[in-house]
Amino acid sequence: MSAPAIDETAQAERSPAAPPAIVQKKDSAWRAPLAFLAMGAALAAVGMFQSWSVALAILNMSLISAVMAMGLNLQWGYAGLFNAGVMAFTALGGLAAVVVSHPPVMEALTAGGRSLALSAVITIGIVATIIFLTSILKGRVRGFAIFVVVVAGYFLLRPVFSDAVTTIESVNPARTGFIGGLGLPITLSWLVGGIFAAAVAWLIGKVALGLRSDYLAIATLGISEIVIAIIKNEDWLARGVKNVTGLPRPVPYEINLQQEQWFVDLVSRFHAAQLESVGEGTRELLLRQLVIEGASAFVKIAYAGLFTVVLLIILALCVRALNSPWGRMMRAIRDNEEAAAAMGKNITKRHLQVFVLGSAIIGIAGAMMTTLDGQFTPGTYNPLRFTFLIWVMVIVGGSGNNLGAVLGGFLIWFIWVEAEPAGQWIVAQISANMDPNTPLYRHLQDIAAPFRLFVMGLVLLIVMRFSPRGILPEKVRHT
Amino acid sequence: MPEATEILNALVLMTNFVFVPALAYGSQLALGALGVTLVFGILRFANFAHGDLMAFGTTITILFTWLLQASGITFGPLPTALLALVPAIAATAIIAILIDKSVFAFYRKHRAAPVVLVIASVGVMFMLSAIVRFIMGTDDRRFTDGERFLVRAPEFKRWSGLDEGLAIQTTQAITVIVALVVVVALFIFLNRTRTGKAMRAYSDNEDLALLSGINPDRVVMVTWIIAAALATIAGALYGLDKSFKPFTYFQLLLPIFAAAIVGGIGQPVGAVVGGYIVAFSEVMLTYAYKKFAMYLMPDELAPQGLLQFLSTDYKFAVSFIILVVVLLIRPTGLFRGKVL
Repeated sequence: MSAPAIDETAQAERSPAAPPAIVQKKDSAWRAPLAFLAMGAALAAVGMFQSWSVALAILNMSLISAVMAMGLNLQWGYAGLFNAGVMAFTALGGLAAVVVSHPPVMEALTAGGRSLALSAVITIGIVATIIFLTSILKGRVRGFAIFVVVVAGYFLLRPVFSDAVTTIESVNPARTGFIGGLGLPITLSWLVGGIFAAAVAWLIGKVALGLRSDYLAIATLGISEIVIAIIKNEDWLARGVKNVTGLPRPVPYEINLQQEQWFVDLVSRFHAAQLESVGEGTRELLLRQLVIEGASAFVKIAYAGLFTVVLLIILALCVRALNSPWGRMMRAIRDNEEAAAAMGKNITKRHLQVFVLGSAIIGIAGAMMTTLDGQFTPGTYNPLRFTFLIWVMVIVGGSGNNLGAVLGGFLIWFIWVEAEPAGQWIVAQISANMDPNTPLYRHLQDIAAPFRLFVMGLVLLIVMRFSPRGILPEKVRHT
Repeated sequence: MPEATEILNALVLMTNFVFVPALAYGSQLALGALGVTLVFGILRFANFAHGDLMAFGTTITILFTWLLQASGITFGPLPTALLALVPAIAATAIIAILIDKSVFAFYRKHRAAPVVLVIASVGVMFMLSAIVRFIMGTDDRRFTDGERFLVRAPEFKRWSGLDEGLAIQTTQAITVIVALVVVVALFIFLNRTRTGKAMRAYSDNEDLALLSGINPDRVVMVTWIIAAALATIAGALYGLDKSFKPFTYFQLLLPIFAAAIVGGIGQPVGAVVGGYIVAFSEVMLTYAYKKFAMYLMPDELAPQGLLQFLSTDYKFAVSFIILVVVLLIRPTGLFRGKVL
């Protein structure tokens, strides 16, 4: 069948009087390559007319967005699960980047490590008691017993934990004030980010996956807010809104690169013609300038290379999964849960499985994003940018189609970035003949920033209305 | 045993810092949740754009307030914004109907799955939030005027002779009164008038309602008018009470949804009760009870910490913990939701 867009239920529920559903046209085999070619051309145009640095920055975030969109596509496109908590998994990935790569803060650990470990033990004890109680008790007694354990546990945990928190947070609060991480290479955190996200997704899925679609959306939206609230406020963990900056990099630093002889040689070979054309005196100066520019570009390209590898691995796995019997089963469940259940498929288990897998991919992307930024800034996570924008990517790209999700990631990120200069340009056109001292002129200058929100909404609504299956629709094979 | 004045002091303290703010906040949430629940009951989808519809309605209210103030019209001791509400509701209702005609009507006609309408509402949410920011910018704005306090803390202290003061802001009193009037009017409308009954019938069983000659287009239009009115009133009251900031209104969506679901989505009574449940839990769980306990306990037992269950930063988390618990224990909500 088709992606869970409009036509699906139109067929299921269509009354005789209703107008015909959208007819599926046969899609050209050239559609995907052409779309990606156009995307590449757009990036190249940015490189030529704006700057290559901007183009590479867009490319890097596009690669990450594409991974996120693939994760969400697994949940929505394959299984029809409305996950409105993408932001939480992105942030958990970011948290993993801090936990894995930041060097441990020894003072904080020696000061508050013991109470923190004790709190962990108490927490495990509470959870274990609850699990034990659920297995031996039933009905009202069980509910009451769990309630008592939770309340008693809270009063037991609170003093120990708050003691740990105050000690850790008072260790050099201006620079650290948190426990730090493990000091391992940051690329490892991409995997750990996936595991973090998967673990939390398992918990969320256990609670929320039985709900119907819009309840699931609201529940996941709320849980994601809770996750962000925790990361923002538990300063001992990752400094909260004080941010962790200066995370180690998987690629060389520009400053070091500029001093490497091989890199200078590389740049001079690359720009040989340009260097030849100028005089002896200015050549040294020009080479210096070129090396600085080249180092920044080299770092970005190195990131792009790493991200591309991850993207390709995940893409290959997703495509394989979609075409496997497992993928066929997921689509069968999506298109008709009752029928699939009647065929003996365990809907709840499969939903939980795909929810965890998709969230893990989003977690990986979140860790990659924090790696690219070199800092973890919990204050910047908001649902418009980190949940609903990813949704726009999947819907516009084509839900149920992995290449569609990748294209959506590229295209929507491109529009998101370029909408602001476009908005500025429009404002400049409107206010060209205005007196810069009027309040209206000053007000108009602020319009450019929200312009991207407007464009996003418009793009989403237009695609949903006129091409509900997205730019690269799901391929439907009939055998 | 603490003295009588100590108990009175403790009670006044609770009224001042917990009861009055929670009552005002709960009224705002109740109005918002009523809008969400009506849209859900009649149109059968969770409208993610409701928070931004509230922000839009408030924006228009602020614009009319400025217009009225500029032309020298004020509402005496009451905020001018209350006068501005009337044209603002009309404008927001027109916008809501236009949005429905251009976006949601198409999917209704094609009988699309509810989730498609939810995604469409996300698109509307993006565009509305952009329009609000175009007009108002992203900063905090206060637009209240008139008398600030109904009861002032020093006056109350002088009058009662207690150590604790009680302050009730005009906006808080107005919020509660307006919410009460609106809720009563809405219930009379739904239960007594022909259109209201038609709406309930439509929500209960669409096919049966259509067979008995109810005009669906009219029902949908009236629903949007009421939803827009509720959103504008709720948004303006929230803005008067606190301040207007576009992003805060998007965040209000979460407690509003929680309120609607806790009460039983599609149930107007549930939305009102849910609004107060969420508001009181938020305020009570994040309030520091230290001073309260000090009034009631003998000095030697004075508590060490702040006696706060959760830090105020977890305000939004509270509503969702309630939501998750309700979804697990009683998914239909307190009032057996899903029918209006």
